[in-house]
Amino acid sequence: MTEQEIITTVNAALVEEFELDATDMQPELSIYQDLGLDSLDTVDMVIVLEGTFNFKIREEAEIKKIRTLGDIHAFVQRKLSAEA
Amino acid sequence: MQLNRVVITGMGAVSPFGAGVAELLSGLYQNRSAVRYCPEMTAIKGLRSLVAAKVPASVLEIAGKQVARKYRRSMSPMSIYAVLAAAEAMQQAGVGAKECESGRLGVIVGSTLASTVTTEDFFNDFARDHSLERMKTSLFFKIMNHTCAANIAQTFSIKGRILAPAAACATGSQSIGYGYEMIATGHQEMLLCGGADEYHPLTSATFDVMHAASIAYNDDPQHTPRPFSAQRDGMVCGEGSGLLLLESLPSALKRGASILGEVVGFATLTDSGNIANPDSKIMVECMNLALNNAHINAVQVGYINAHATATEQGDIAESHAIATVFSDQTPVSSLKGHLGHTLAASGALETIATIDMQHTGHIVPTLHLTEIDSRCAPLNYVREVASSVELSGNKPIDYALKNSFALGGVNTSLVLRRYSSD
Repeated sequence: MTEQEIITTVNAALVEEFELDATDMQPELSIYQDLGLDSLDTVDMVIVLEGTFNFKIREEAEIKKIRTLGDIHAFVQRKLSAEA
Repeated sequence: MQLNRVVITGMGAVSPFGAGVAELLSGLYQNRSAVRYCPEMTAIKGLRSLVAAKVPASVLEIAGKQVARKYRRSMSPMSIYAVLAAAEAMQQAGVGAKECESGRLGVIVGSTLASTVTTEDFFNDFARDHSLERMKTSLFFKIMNHTCAANIAQTFSIKGRILAPAAACATGSQSIGYGYEMIATGHQEMLLCGGADEYHPLTSATFDVMHAASIAYNDDPQHTPRPFSAQRDGMVCGEGSGLLLLESLPSALKRGASILGEVVGFATLTDSGNIANPDSKIMVECMNLALNNAHINAVQVGYINAHATATEQGDIAESHAIATVFSDQTPVSSLKGHLGHTLAASGALETIATIDMQHTGHIVPTLHLTEIDSRCAPLNYVREVASSVELSGNKPIDYALKNSFALGGVNTSLVLRRYSSD
């Protein structure tokens, strides 16, 4: 999966789950302040990403450091690369 | 102890006729049936009743989307119905953020079950591999028993009391009754009271297995259920939400709110003789207790909104109970022929209609009541083709009585008064 394919897949999954504006998925956006997610949403976000990419990430410490959409893209890329 | 008078200052509805009290009343006064054949239910093995009175899908698709995702994520359809009804009731009452934040407003809203639709979805997924790894955080908030009440309170930041009675078909009426008592005794100034339910075939199956669901009208759904009728063959399940904003009279007057009606009496008790079969004598006791609570005599009641779901045991028992308490001149009708049985919502939706009938003096008749079951007691049944004795003469109705009787032996009667300042 290319970097752009990962970004597109992540964005599509989050747009559907959290009813976000697909045209406004800029990597610098804060998932909390800009996208309006809260602690319950971030738990569900992990479940959605696990389902989308068929990996397990809920126990990973890095998850707690995610602040922006770009952080998610980078995290998923690292995880997929490590598993490749 | 000085008791507060308890008035109604707002009403909200989502019914099988659509969103809003206006839609509800329009369907009722036009004597329309909201019952439809549900072809998708033919796929369910063993289910014989293939008719239901569902809320139009557009309500969730359009109005439901107006509820912000932050709140909607924890809602199944029943909570969305309840929140839409709450918004309508609060708007009519002129109640906004100030009252919600004050702690003077609370919520009493229940349902028969929590979201069966959500429970089915979860267990379908769980059964694949017994994994909980796909379970989302919103699951619990949709299947907890106080899902409707909690979602209303969260959506509008309501800080007062919260209660979620669960009494199946009597839930809506019990909510109103308990709200009336809390406000009368000064524990809360305002309460959103009512019930909500969402349709699932399990509900129809529950009555079908007891031979209490309509099964003979699958090809003619607009002519069932038929309360009190010789041609009845059982009830039809529905869904929706009805909410009333109850308020102490001093609070309503102070705010300058329009007063729509008054709750003046309530009784609830248990028929412990049988968990499913109603006892006419206990119904009599319930209605008499409600009249005593209202400090009125039976002759003062100008209309009875019956529970009458079109089951043989329920209709006959209720008709004889009414005949014992009231004269054979008091007009009686059931709205189940129009709305089906909206279960936890029914007591509140039918109370909303009763309050409007008290104003207009136009009694909504029992649909499809062409031939009264001879086993029912002789009463003044209001029918579509009404004789002069069957109508109130379009005079306002000062007092009305609303019955709700539930599986599990829960009986309730409410006494409603047309508001006047004296």
